Amino acid sequence: MVEMHRKTRGTLLLTLRSRAGHVGLWAGLCWLTVAGCSKSESPAAKSEDAPATAAAGALKIGFIYVGPRDDFGYNQAHHEGAMLVAKLPGVTVLEEEKVPEAMEVQKTMESMVKLEGANLLFPTSFGYYDPHILKVAGKLPEVTFLHCGGLYDAGKHPKNVGSYFGYIDEAEYLNGIVAAHATKTKKLGFIAAKPIPQVLRNINAFTLGARSVHPDITTTVVFTGDWSVPVKEADSANGLIDQGIDVLTMHVDSPKVIVQTAEKRGIYSVGYHTSQAALAPKGYLTGAEWNWGKVYTQYIETIKAGKTWDHLVRGGLKDGFVQSSPYGAAVSTDAKAAADAVRKSMLDGDYVIFKGELKDNSGKVVIPAGTQKLQRDPTLESMDYLVEGVIGSTGVGS
Amino acid sequence: MTRAPLLAPLLSPLCLLGVQLGAAAVALFLFAIFLAFVGASPLGVFGDMWSGAFGSSFSLQNSLSRAAPLMLTALCTALPARAGLVIIGNEAALLLGGLGAAMVAMLLPPTAAGVPALCAMLSAGLVAGALWIALSGALRQHRGINETISSLLLFYVGLSLFRHLVEGPLRDPASLNKPSTPPIPDAHMLGTLAGTDVHYGIVFGLVACALSYVLMERTGFGFAARVVGGNLKTARLIGLPVSALCLGVCALGGAAAGLAGAIEVTAVHGSANATLYAGLGFSGILVAFVARQHPLAIVPVAVLLGGIQASGGLLQRRHGLPDAAVEVFKGLLFIVILASETYVGVALAWAERKSAAWRAQAAAAAQPLPAAAEPAPTLGVGGAE
Repeated sequence: MVEMHRKTRGTLLLTLRSRAGHVGLWAGLCWLTVAGCSKSESPAAKSEDAPATAAAGALKIGFIYVGPRDDFGYNQAHHEGAMLVAKLPGVTVLEEEKVPEAMEVQKTMESMVKLEGANLLFPTSFGYYDPHILKVAGKLPEVTFLHCGGLYDAGKHPKNVGSYFGYIDEAEYLNGIVAAHATKTKKLGFIAAKPIPQVLRNINAFTLGARSVHPDITTTVVFTGDWSVPVKEADSANGLIDQGIDVLTMHVDSPKVIVQTAEKRGIYSVGYHTSQAALAPKGYLTGAEWNWGKVYTQYIETIKAGKTWDHLVRGGLKDGFVQSSPYGAAVSTDAKAAADAVRKSMLDGDYVIFKGELKDNSGKVVIPAGTQKLQRDPTLESMDYLVEGVIGSTGVGS
Repeated sequence: MTRAPLLAPLLSPLCLLGVQLGAAAVALFLFAIFLAFVGASPLGVFGDMWSGAFGSSFSLQNSLSRAAPLMLTALCTALPARAGLVIIGNEAALLLGGLGAAMVAMLLPPTAAGVPALCAMLSAGLVAGALWIALSGALRQHRGINETISSLLLFYVGLSLFRHLVEGPLRDPASLNKPSTPPIPDAHMLGTLAGTDVHYGIVFGLVACALSYVLMERTGFGFAARVVGGNLKTARLIGLPVSALCLGVCALGGAAAGLAGAIEVTAVHGSANATLYAGLGFSGILVAFVARQHPLAIVPVAVLLGGIQASGGLLQRRHGLPDAAVEVFKGLLFIVILASETYVGVALAWAERKSAAWRAQAAAAAQPLPAAAEPAPTLGVGGAE
């Protein structure tokens, strides 16, 4: 009896399966027919015909994030900037989070413009720029696209695109000074995503800052391979702490899990992107933070005044683009004095981080004696070495 | 045999479509409760979901663009499933397919004609994906390793290999902070359908699903593969080449996902880099299961999933919902659809048994008095309901 029942049911399900295929086919064909027919009178076409009046009044601004806006990191730093912008008069802010750096972001940008009339977009993730922003900007010349990363190339890129970035290595250098005063083992740890120039520059600035206090300090670096892999980041943090590291910092999209692990294990942490002080009330020393609200406000004021904005905008501590988290409870008076002295020099605009003679961690001279690399120096943007004192390798088989 | 006319209407496509629509309605209702709970207006949200997914020409094109790769990656699970294999390494086949296309692109002279260059790149994607998934099939056939586990674990190997190559030996030195292979010249890129913004990937997806249907349902190869999936012992007994069939369906599935990767590279990204790893392969598994591994059912399911994802942005922007709201809806919808189909099967089997019992009873009652047989069919229908 049971046998019979099973058999019947099996036959029925098989029949069900192949019938469903036909249903699927027809449904699919219906979608496609609808897709083909409803082309002519779409709201999309209308909004394309009426160019956005970016300069003359209401601004509708779209912010796009690659991860969650409350990640205690890269995306939160931009979201905080967007919230400042939302308070400006005559401005509406749209936000969308967790948009991958693929077809999705192209469609999100177009959707913000075509369905909601956005006339200024801040697609914030580095990977959005090429090819996605470049492609959509070419299609929507009346919309302004401002991207975080400093990639604008006047010869090749559309005129409605701009790019901005901050010299966060200045704040990283200050992080290093504070970390050097806190460490007892003279071993610092740095968990980073990928060995790319921007990341290497931060690791190097942090290490140079620390070694300006104690020349025997080392920074052990671990590359996780991607921007947001919390499990690997926690593993790396525990591994570094087991090796005797007592100050931990990072360059990943969300420093949350690393800062939490450091706090739980009773060591110090130094933050990145935005403040993680709330996650580690005991061990959080300071952090290198973006101040995108300042950059965004600056752009929007320029656009509202009807003036032309710069295609390439960069700034450091002096310009208010980056800042340090307020010192945590564990930071000594000496550490504060040492860091603040360098900060003052940076604010005056006469502190140089990368200057000769500078060796990489294999002993090769990368900046000869007597040479100073100022912040705008293009060779800093293709940095491919780790400085002396960093334990680790760029790991790329080039 | 007498039961067939009674149950036939319940198996009609219309009725099954009704079951699926009913399931969708239940899912919408559950989602409405969720929305009310988080303080959003359910009707407003549904309206915007419609306009974001299918409500305008732009939205439709948006949904179709997102559906195209899902059709191909779904085949990577659906084809081996017909031979009884559960393959979930779709993402790796997609990544390596993209890598294959990018590697061929590096070998091509920039002056090469567009169509042959594209054919070469897409073929490389096909081959790379086919070999990768065939590896899982071979491990199963020749080493007795479960293909589900091996395809999942090989995904991590594939991802590491992909990253190592695009960020190491194959990296374009000019790609500083976004390590990538050298850019593919515009002339070699896959274009969009005339008058739309949807790239040719959708045509590849539709054709691949149609061909898969013909292959699996209308050819000897497909029949043999389904015998292997239906009853392995029988297949061996009648002398079917089980190993070759298993490797064949794995290779075909892998080829589809590899093609998806090659299309992503040649139509969207313009080079292979880590952003190719965006979950299109994993979404394909979901599509395949909801389509119950049927190649033609994959098409509407992929379009539906594409539409839901396309509408996600509007829910965030207009209703302040988090990105997870769309995930909640997807979860509810697919669970209710899958469950409803299972229960339709159960209900039909139950109805069949009941009606058989009714008939037996009616026949027994009718035997002494033939005239009393009249009401039996009515009772039977009542039993089915």
